[in-house]
This record gives sequence, C-alpha cells and structure tokens, in this order.
Amino acid sequence: MNHNSLQLDTHGRLRHFLTIEGLPRSLLLDILNRAESFSGVGERAVKKVPLLRGKTIANLFFEPSTRTRTTFELAAKRLSADVLSLNIASSSTKKGESLLDTLRTLEAMHCDMFIVRHADSGAAHYIASRVAPGVSVINGGDGRHAHPTQAMLDLYTIRKHKGDFSRLCVAIVGDILHSRVARSEIHALSIIGVREIRVIGPRTLVPRDIQTLGVHVFHDLASGIRDADVIIMLRLQSERMRSALIPGESEYFNLYGLTEEKLALANADAIVMHPGPINRGVEIDSTVADGNHSVILQQVSHGIAVRMAIMAMTMSAPGDYPAEAADEVNN
Amino acid sequence: MKLTIKKGRIIDPAHDRDEVADLHIDHGKIVATGKPPKGFSPDRSIDAAARIVCPGLVDLAARLGEPGQEHKATIATETAAAAGAGITTICCPPDTSPVIDTTAVTELIHQRSTLSGKSRVYCLGALTQGLEGKSLAGMHALKNSGCIGVSNARVPINDTAVLRRAMEYAATCDLTVHLYCEDAFLSEGGVAHEGVMAVRMGLPGIPETAETVALSRALLLVEQTGASAHFCRISCAASINMIAQARERGLPVTADVGIAYLHLTEIDLAGFNSLCHLRPPLRTLRDRDELRRGVASGVIDAISSDHQPHDEDAKSAPFGLTEPGASTLEVLLPLSLQLVHDKVLDLKQAIAALTSKPARIAGIDAGHLGVDAAADICIFDPDRSWTITKESLGSAGKNSPFLDWEMRGKVTHTLVAGRIVFEQAGSGDT
Repeated sequence: MNHNSLQLDTHGRLRHFLTIEGLPRSLLLDILNRAESFSGVGERAVKKVPLLRGKTIANLFFEPSTRTRTTFELAAKRLSADVLSLNIASSSTKKGESLLDTLRTLEAMHCDMFIVRHADSGAAHYIASRVAPGVSVINGGDGRHAHPTQAMLDLYTIRKHKGDFSRLCVAIVGDILHSRVARSEIHALSIIGVREIRVIGPRTLVPRDIQTLGVHVFHDLASGIRDADVIIMLRLQSERMRSALIPGESEYFNLYGLTEEKLALANADAIVMHPGPINRGVEIDSTVADGNHSVILQQVSHGIAVRMAIMAMTMSAPGDYPAEAADEVNN
Repeated sequence: MKLTIKKGRIIDPAHDRDEVADLHIDHGKIVATGKPPKGFSPDRSIDAAARIVCPGLVDLAARLGEPGQEHKATIATETAAAAGAGITTICCPPDTSPVIDTTAVTELIHQRSTLSGKSRVYCLGALTQGLEGKSLAGMHALKNSGCIGVSNARVPINDTAVLRRAMEYAATCDLTVHLYCEDAFLSEGGVAHEGVMAVRMGLPGIPETAETVALSRALLLVEQTGASAHFCRISCAASINMIAQARERGLPVTADVGIAYLHLTEIDLAGFNSLCHLRPPLRTLRDRDELRRGVASGVIDAISSDHQPHDEDAKSAPFGLTEPGASTLEVLLPLSLQLVHDKVLDLKQAIAALTSKPARIAGIDAGHLGVDAAADICIFDPDRSWTITKESLGSAGKNSPFLDWEMRGKVTHTLVAGRIVFEQAGSGDT
C-alpha cells in the first residue's frame, strides 16, 4: 500500500493523517503521548496553547456531523488556530466537481489544513494528493474506509482504562461492513498489538474477507464478547433495514444489542465504548450506555486532546516533534 | 497501388502459417505470398526483415467517444490511435449518445470513420431501445445498416422475459448477441471487486456472483432460444468453467476478456488509483491467472481492448465517483505479446486471439492473410521496447493504468485495404 508515501514525509513525520493502516507503532504511541500532554488544557482557566497561532484550518464536511466537527473545531481553537467550518453536505452541487472546486477556492484563501469528511471512500486521499505543498489534510471520515482520529481517541480511552494493550481482547460489534470506524480501529489495535481483535455481527454486515485484516469473526454476540476486555458497539443506521441487510430493529437488538445480561459474559472490568451517536434500544440498552462500564462520554472529551495532538503533529515544522513541543505545552 | 512486404515473418493463425516470406498486395487485396504473381512490379516495398507480419488486429470493443462524448475522444483521434496500435478493425458498442438503436447513428459512425480513413469501424446495434431493457431495438434495420451484432452494452437487462425475447428476436435476425454479464441487483452501488481490497479500502463491493448469476441466466436462455451469444469481458475464474461446460453441451457461445484483466488485479487499486477503476472490476490474482489460462485453453476466444477514453475530470474524484474504464487501445498488442514472453500463450495463440478469432465472432471477413483477403495488415517489431507515457499515447484518453510500464513489441506499419494508415517514423522502407 502506498498510503504512507502520501501521509508521511521522508523523515517519517506526519504530513497528512489519512488512515491508520501502515503507520508505525511508535507514531501511534507518539500521538497518544502527545494527547496526554494536551489533556489538561481543557481544564485550565485559559483553554489555549499557542501552537497553531496564525494558522487557518478549514473543516470541510461533505457529510453531516456534529461531534466530530465540533471536537475538531474545539481542538483547533485550543491550539489557537483560526477555524472555518463549512457544511457542504447541504449544498447540492455536482459530485466530484464540487470537491475539486471547493478545494481550489479554499486554497485561494490560504488555508493551512483541511479536515475532511466525505461520503466516499478515498476522498481524503484524493484531496491530499491534490493540495498545495505545505497544506495538511486530516481525514475526518471517508465513506466506509477510515476514521483514523476516532480510532486514535479510542486507543487513548482504552489505554486510560486498561494500560497495557498486549493482554487485551477487544470485540467490535455491529455493522462492520459499512463502518469506517471499525476498519480504522482494527488497524490501530493490530498495530498497537492487542492480544485479540474480534468482530461480531450478522453475516450480512460482516464482509467475508474481513479476517484478512487479522480479526476473528463471530456471528453470535454471547460467544463473541465472552472474556472481552473492551467492547466497541457500532451504530446501526436505519437504512440497513431498507436495504434488506437486517429484518428490523427489535430482532437486531435481540441478537446483537448489548444488554446488562450479555455484558455479564465479558470480563468483570470490561469497558463499553461507542463512537456515537447512540441508538438506544437498537445496538445498546440504556442501562449499559449509562452504566458504570460505559466510557462513551469520556471518548468524546478524549477526542479533543487526541485531535489536538494529531493537528499539532501534522502541522509542526520539521524537527520540532515529538518531544520538544509537548514539553513546551506542559511548561 | 502495388505493394510488397519483404522478408517478414508471416504469422497467419487462420491458415496455420508461420514462415518468413514476401507478401504481395494489389488493389487493396493480398494477391500472393512468397513468389509475386507474374509481371507484378510493386510501387513500393516495405522491408519487414526481423519483423512480424500478421493480420490487422480486430478489437471486439472500443469506445470512440463519438457520438456524444466528443470532449473525451473522437472517431478521428481513436481510429488514428488504433491504426498506430496495429488495430485495423474496431467494434463500437452501442452505448454511445445517442444510443446505436437507429440506423442514423450507425450511418453517422460509418461516415466519420470513413472520413478519418484509418481503422475500420463496425457498430454493435442496441439490443433494446435506448438500452433501457424494455422494448426491442429495430435489430433487422440495424443489421441492414451494417451492425455486426447486437448488445445492451454494460446496461443490465433486469427483466428476464425481455432478455429472452430480445435473444429470440436477435436469433431470428441471425445476429450474435454480445452480452455483458452483470446482475444489477448484486452489483448495485459497487465499485470494486468484493474481496480483500474492497474490505480494506472500504469500497462498496461487486461480488463475483454479479457476473456468474447473470451468466448462468444467459446460458439457460441461450439453450432455450437458440440464440448465439458472445460473452463480453469475462472477469471471474468461475465464469470460465461455466462457459466451457456450456460449450461442451454444444451451445453456440464465445467469450472474450479485456487486456487489462490479464495483467491487473484488485491489488492495483491500492492508494485509490482511479485509473484502475474498471467495470467489471479487477478481481483477484487467481482470477487473473485463470483468465490467462482460459485464453490459452481457448475457452476464452478473444482478447479485446475494452478501450474507454476519458478526460482528466472523469478520473479526478474520490475513487467511487470516478468513471470506470481505461484507455487501452495501445497496449492491446504489446501486453498480449507480454503473455507470450511470460509463456502463457505461444505467439500464434496470441495473434489468433487478436485477429482470426475475434473476426469470426464479429462475423466479418477479416483477421487472416489468405489470398484475395483485404490487405488489413499489422507489421511489428517484436523486440523493440518502449515505455507508455501520456505523451506517447495517441488516444485522446490518457487514462492508462499502464503509464510507465515497459512494453515489448512495437507496431511499425499498419495497412487497411492495402493503404498504409500508420507508419513508424524511420521504419526503413523504400
């Protein structure tokens, strides 16, 4: 795969952040450590560090999003960047053309970074391959392909609660087929080196070749989450019912919905995660979502620190990371 | 004009011939090989020593951009590119705009190709009106206007009853039906082979069954209707066995494969390379190898270019939003020769798959070098290496997935009806 020739510079530093696939473990750890150094910023009286002062960051959301867009926005502001948020989802311009044209327009405004979310797989790669040198692209989710910042914030959350990755069994439950979150998490978890990654879902929502990514496939929730340390529930979109992938919400909930009863099969200290937004009573029971195993809201707040870390690292001048910049923040 | 091609290695699979000899042409026809006819004095001769002289290539499917997509390519640009690639006959699928479902469109294409005076162009008429899969196209009239077969191009016919009747009617008109096998429901939304790469890249998949289910339906209808069917651009290993079995049962079916499918696989999509966005999708390494074996065994009769010229914009977007298809006229011969170097095919097999066999499928008198045949001839230097670049492509479509690939085998002369329509600069003739 030649992702890395696009997202890493010749010294192995991040130029763009497009996918987890192929990134070295050390880089993922750098991101987590860097995020750690940023985590206190939100609790200060002045919630800002001057790392990206004078930089302009454009949020290019071709698909609607609330939490990803706002956490990126907050992350950028806490780094003292100027942020421009464009919700292009509502504009009805022709596909493809609008993408390149929008890009050119924004480039003319001298943006330094684009955060891109798009309904088509490969959109962030495409944009990264077209932007002017010096402009960075961060993938905020492209089609079914990747959502690398989500995967990093999940790793961060897992590390907070579990420490050592190497002994963990992580189960990802639900619509694997359409999930960019699942793909990025599988790459992240396997690079970071967890003991086992499982995916659980009906055959209609688990692609046949997914085991080539190094996961174990289960079609039964009970056996899949047995002894799991981390359970990541995926959102089930209602259009899956219309396209004959599953019969209905109640049957799905009976088979794959996470209830307290099923959660009891996992390890006693298991944590439950969800990238949001949650469908209560569809993929997860309210008592579990709000229960003491749930770390769903922490994921959101960790999202800010992790995105700050990724933005800072992609925009840093050659040579000034990983170590020095983080120290500067903590001082 | 009288012309002699001297000392070339003549390979003419239709006559099982492979020998070094002179070839004599008069009034656009081959008049003799070896010794010239009595009193024959050529106006011009071409020195073909150390070169191969074979029938001009017959390409069962190349899009020419015209009518309807002149911003991508025109009949003039593409027939010139074809001539430069040794292709003397092109079959144009009916998915032009307007569709080839009236004789006016056939006539327009014929006129334009005559005007450009390069490769010959034959049309495939539409199987259903507007390719809509609802009512039958006027196949008899299309045949009379010169269409050599009928096809619904890449547009699947969902209604099996319509397909059945269309095949029955085509059989009535004694027209071969050129069928692309794709089940529209199984392929819906898909842009890549449903396999390891689609999973990894998060691209909506097109399963192998999209082809095999449609092929199996078509084979049953061939059996019922007695229509003769040609299966276009087979992409899966499983299809090859199905076609072989049908043939063993005596069904009148043939098949071809696009040249790109013999060299590329789903792996080439890495990095969201939109130049490898094809339809049917590039499949697995195993499929590619079986397709190669299928050509060698003869179950797959012909290799076609499946040329689809595009403008820059068509390939500039996230993968799934780009238009499928590759510019492949100019790799048809060298990449077929590559299969000879790779010992997949012998030279005669490769040339047969590019000349006599597709000519038979198209039902035209072409693709051989018999006496009295039209002098449609390709002369190439089998050893000359060259590199594909955007600049080297004659086609207006620069969307080649093979850019920077080294090619072996270069056309030096192309003749259509005895007329030199392409000649490599400095190719040394008198």
